[in-house]
Amino acid sequence: MAWQWFHRLGSPKWFYEKTEKWLPWLGLIALLLLVTGSIWGLGFGPSEAKQGNSARIIYIHVPAAILSMAGYYVMAIAGAIGLIWRMKLSFMVMKAAAPIGAILTFLALFTGAVWGKPTWGAWWVWDGRITSMVVLFLLYLGIVALQEAYQNQDTADKISSVLALVGMVNIPIIYKSVDWWYTLHQPATLKLTQKSSIDPSMAYPLIMMILAFYLFYAWVLLRRTRMEILRREQRTSWVQDLVARG
Amino acid sequence: MNLVFQFSDLHSFLWMNGHGPYVWGCYAMTFLGLAFLALEPRLQRKRFIRQQKALAQRKPAARGER
Amino acid sequence: MTQAESLSLRRALLAGLRRELVIAFRHKGDLANPLIFFLMVVVFIPLGISEEPAMLARIAPGVLWVIALLATLLSLDGLFRSDFDDGSLEQLVLSPQPLGYLVLTKVLVHWLVTGVPLTLLAPVLGVMLQLPVEGYLVLVLSLLVGTGSLSLIGSIGAALTVGLRKGGLLLSLVIMPFYVPVLIFGSGAVKNAIQGFAVGAELAVLVAMLLGWLMLAPFAIAGALKISVRA
Repeated sequence: MAWQWFHRLGSPKWFYEKTEKWLPWLGLIALLLLVTGSIWGLGFGPSEAKQGNSARIIYIHVPAAILSMAGYYVMAIAGAIGLIWRMKLSFMVMKAAAPIGAILTFLALFTGAVWGKPTWGAWWVWDGRITSMVVLFLLYLGIVALQEAYQNQDTADKISSVLALVGMVNIPIIYKSVDWWYTLHQPATLKLTQKSSIDPSMAYPLIMMILAFYLFYAWVLLRRTRMEILRREQRTSWVQDLVARG
Repeated sequence: MNLVFQFSDLHSFLWMNGHGPYVWGCYAMTFLGLAFLALEPRLQRKRFIRQQKALAQRKPAARGER
Repeated sequence: MTQAESLSLRRALLAGLRRELVIAFRHKGDLANPLIFFLMVVVFIPLGISEEPAMLARIAPGVLWVIALLATLLSLDGLFRSDFDDGSLEQLVLSPQPLGYLVLTKVLVHWLVTGVPLTLLAPVLGVMLQLPVEGYLVLVLSLLVGTGSLSLIGSIGAALTVGLRKGGLLLSLVIMPFYVPVLIFGSGAVKNAIQGFAVGAELAVLVAMLLGWLMLAPFAIAGALKISVRA
């Protein structure tokens, strides 16, 4: 029984039809949570004594950073499933996930940098987290570039999956190395990257925003995957029917 | 847990003790990024349907099928 | 593996090693390119940044490591390409021996003709960049081990891009993030040695990374080559 379900999951058409109905609801919930969390954080969250109101950036910086990392694993695992089980749909998910992750990483970098200006006086500081995030951004760009470079879709899928897997194995090592490198320059002082223990009234909106970002990510990923399905299956009759219906 | 609006008026909400441009700048950029992610599939779909319809008109006999 | 199989694997590896060395030394000019690049960019440093000895001494460890890394990158594009073009790569992929082992001969030779010469040249260039005396031994040790990792990682990139005509720049983009840990610990070891700290930990990490890549790279390279050849 489970095998049957797994096989069906590999069918793009089945996936497309099954996600049709509840996808808009997922999007709605995500958007609601995003708006609520943002307003909560912007207007009602505490302004930290040390950092002042710029701490409100945390409600978008942290979720973006978390999702950019998680998104890489989603992408890599989708690639692995595609390679191991020859599941075309999995490759489509991977292809859809790459740009989303890149954009989220960019947002994390942007908000992190802008947050740095009022806090530490500089637009850019090479601290451990930002440096690691730049490398993650480059990892994403590598995947996207590799996908674009290959004309043959099948080859592009498989080659970028191999790269994504190598990346997945290496991300902990890269992060640890950058962390070690950074602590070389900051010997004893617990630096500004050290998060003070979170005030509960800050934790709630933050958790809501993290959840919101997760749901938003899932929603966008599914929509992009569906679009990829349409593109790849455009010669089939069910897609042509869909097109005819507008 | 008490929810207290942290600012006295709209002006201070926007200005945030000098941190306003940074905070609002970040939220604006994030909004743009997320909006792009949210809207792009819809645009792609419309373009796709338009393309497919144009193709179908040009060569109706070439429609493949499963 | 049966005795017969292990015998034929050994023969295949030795034959591959001999072949790669012969090919590498056929174009001796190509061997010099990474070294000339190394020298050229070292000249750029005082020209572009500052010739002041104190400044050079501070940046020498990192600069030497970065340029060695870049020189390695440049030499990687051709690793599989000529074999891909004339069909011998396909033969390699189809041979009965495990592809992972076979490609390691290519990587080994690449390291021997690129990484090792760069390592040997580095102290000379270190003098030109006012590298403090305490740094030389660790420079050589860290580069010797580190360039091994660089060759392995780079070969993965070469395998991923061999099917592309203009794969060169994309190769660099794709693997540079993986060079980051090697660079950090390599240059970090040299910097620590100069400041008088112990460097055992950094060198140990470099060795660990080399071993890690020795285990992972064959799978990635073989996988990528199989995909590219069937394309």
